[in-house]
Amino acid sequence: MSLRKPWQAVALAVFALSLTASQPAPAQEAKNQYVPLATYRVGAYASSGIPVWAGAIDYFRYVNEVEGGINGVKLFWDECETNWDVEKGVECYERVKAGKDGSPVPIFLPHGDPISKALTEKSVADKIPLVTLAYGRTETIDGRVFPYSFPVVFSFWSEASSVINFIAEKQGGKDKLKGLKIVTLYHDSPYGKETQTPLAHLAKTYGFEDIQVPVPHPGNDQSAQWAKIRQLKPDWVFLRGWGVMTPVAIKTAAKVGFPVDRVIGGIWSGSEEDVRPAGAVAKGYLAITPFPAGADFEIHKKLKEHILDKGLSDLKDLKSFGSVYYNSGVNEAIITVEAIRTAQKKFGARPINGEEAQWGLENLNLDDARLQEIGAVGLQQPLKLSIKDHEGGGAGKVLQWDGAKWNVASDGWVRSDRELLLPLIYERAAAYAKEKGITLRSEAVN
Amino acid sequence: MSFFVETLVGGLLAGVMYSLVAIGFVLIYKASGVFNFAQGAMVLCAALTFVTLTENGLSFWLAFLVSLAIMIMIGIAVERLVLRPLVNQPQITLFMATLGLSFVIEGLSQIIMGASVHELDLGILDVPVEFGPIQLSQFDLVAAATAGLLVAVLSLLFSKTRIGISLRAIADDPQAALSVGIRLQVLMRIVWGVAGFVALVAGLLWGARQGVQFSLTFVVLKALPVLIIGGFTSIAGAIVGGLIVGAGDSLAEIYLGPLLGGSVSTWFAYVLAVVFLLARPAGLFGERAIERV
Repeated sequence: MSLRKPWQAVALAVFALSLTASQPAPAQEAKNQYVPLATYRVGAYASSGIPVWAGAIDYFRYVNEVEGGINGVKLFWDECETNWDVEKGVECYERVKAGKDGSPVPIFLPHGDPISKALTEKSVADKIPLVTLAYGRTETIDGRVFPYSFPVVFSFWSEASSVINFIAEKQGGKDKLKGLKIVTLYHDSPYGKETQTPLAHLAKTYGFEDIQVPVPHPGNDQSAQWAKIRQLKPDWVFLRGWGVMTPVAIKTAAKVGFPVDRVIGGIWSGSEEDVRPAGAVAKGYLAITPFPAGADFEIHKKLKEHILDKGLSDLKDLKSFGSVYYNSGVNEAIITVEAIRTAQKKFGARPINGEEAQWGLENLNLDDARLQEIGAVGLQQPLKLSIKDHEGGGAGKVLQWDGAKWNVASDGWVRSDRELLLPLIYERAAAYAKEKGITLRSEAVN
Repeated sequence: MSFFVETLVGGLLAGVMYSLVAIGFVLIYKASGVFNFAQGAMVLCAALTFVTLTENGLSFWLAFLVSLAIMIMIGIAVERLVLRPLVNQPQITLFMATLGLSFVIEGLSQIIMGASVHELDLGILDVPVEFGPIQLSQFDLVAAATAGLLVAVLSLLFSKTRIGISLRAIADDPQAALSVGIRLQVLMRIVWGVAGFVALVAGLLWGARQGVQFSLTFVVLKALPVLIIGGFTSIAGAIVGGLIVGAGDSLAEIYLGPLLGGSVSTWFAYVLAVVFLLARPAGLFGERAIERV
């Protein structure tokens, strides 16, 4: 082939260069580890998201500044705005999946339940683990069927089960659940419906009455739903909201005279951003969370000294330091960092790719000793993942709002009935595998 | 029976809250024929401005006045920079301009005043009040009274004052109105200013109910069927439309939802709107366009 004109040669060279640039470089060549962050700093849910990224970024900065990176490999990140939209979330994933500056992507954090669901199959094709802390499809716990989905720590099924166990704790035992009337007021979406199956199963097991009441998106008027609840006279209400639905539910509960200390919010109905807009009537409201609020954990003391006090924090509003969502970001970053650290033990102290991070996650063991070293005892529950168990934890703490801050209302971590629910979860995962023609991975440790 | 009555009355009062937003649309449509999609963004902007000012130490009334002044300035700027250059353009062009405007106002509001959720306490208790066997919310009653007052004042403005008569003249025939010396631009600024005032009132009441946050813009979605039912040109129609939507939604959610196995209030209001469109295209109180052919 001969190039007749100089511009053709230049064009060919530019084309060749662009092809090279779009290919992920071998992990060994890069010195720093890229961690892309899908964020939503604008739009309807920005107020929930902003403290999460701050927690994650502050912890990444702490690892870089104080610990010199993960075994010398420093982290770098950039953000892609999703607006919490599925389309934009998928677009962000496609944009970042090839890596950056020679570093591959070890883990993708979708930050949005619908986005994580849309990426389930793509992540398998691209071999990039999706880490979804306290959200995502519950059956993806089964890593034999879903090798690259990690609904770590606290799935929605565990959330529902822990709430029932907390109610049992309050009522004086699981035998006291019999005959209780428990309403689940849920966001009418796939996320909101996620707990219907486990609650039906638990209701059958323990003998309580399970009543489901949907609230259409966005949930800014719930007069009809609460009129119905008032008529039903339930013993407890389990509130599974998102965004504006939660403060409106709390205010409407007060409006119809339902005691808010009998309302237990789910994971995504239990932040400061959920209760503050409801004002004084939110006092006494309960919520379950795998990332309890508080700035007294050891890791927070280190973050304050090395990041906040030096003006390096990503937080614009420092009163969010130690909030539920800030701490969720810290937890998410701890898991990400520890998965990379675990993978480095096998593959070497260098940037890790998705396939290697999958190994790191499936061999992750955040035991008490390691949590003590990190300074996250009480903030993060012990977490041990495996091929068959991509969740690991399965417990939450119940917090109670006192009008100014959250306090722990449960007796430590409230464990879920995982043993009861896991067979059902594996059954659903197997059905998915059959439908999609997926061959199950071996459970053997690789 | 008391449960039915309570659901019905609760729905009617909830509907009034949507009417408050719908009135803002009616004002601008009535005067200029423009469907101002940015009204929801104006509600957010007004409430966010107010709450930012109060959080920075301004008293309620001072914050209210400053917010009102800002909303009037935004209204004037919109008229001057967006709508005036588009005079004589097709309706769809004006609609698209307000659609774009809504994103600009939402985005700028969040950049300038932040994306945090704010509590807004107007000092009105949102607790149940017993009326015999039924319970009603004190806050809802205050909101209904506010809406009623607003309708009365705006109706007087449109029917009894020189400004109102001029506005009606512009709405009927802008060319004829101009030819008799009515100052179109000044009146448009007044209308946008009044729409800003309505947005502020709606923003405060909705903000007190759900917190001041981005989702205030979503209330527009329910204001649309209210407008279709009540008519785009009638302030009283906005109230009646709101009552129908509120009551219909509540009753459908309680009695129809369980039969269909899910929540229905997202779309039920639109079913009502379509039924009204088929039976009465201009809405219950809207003016029918009569054209010489």
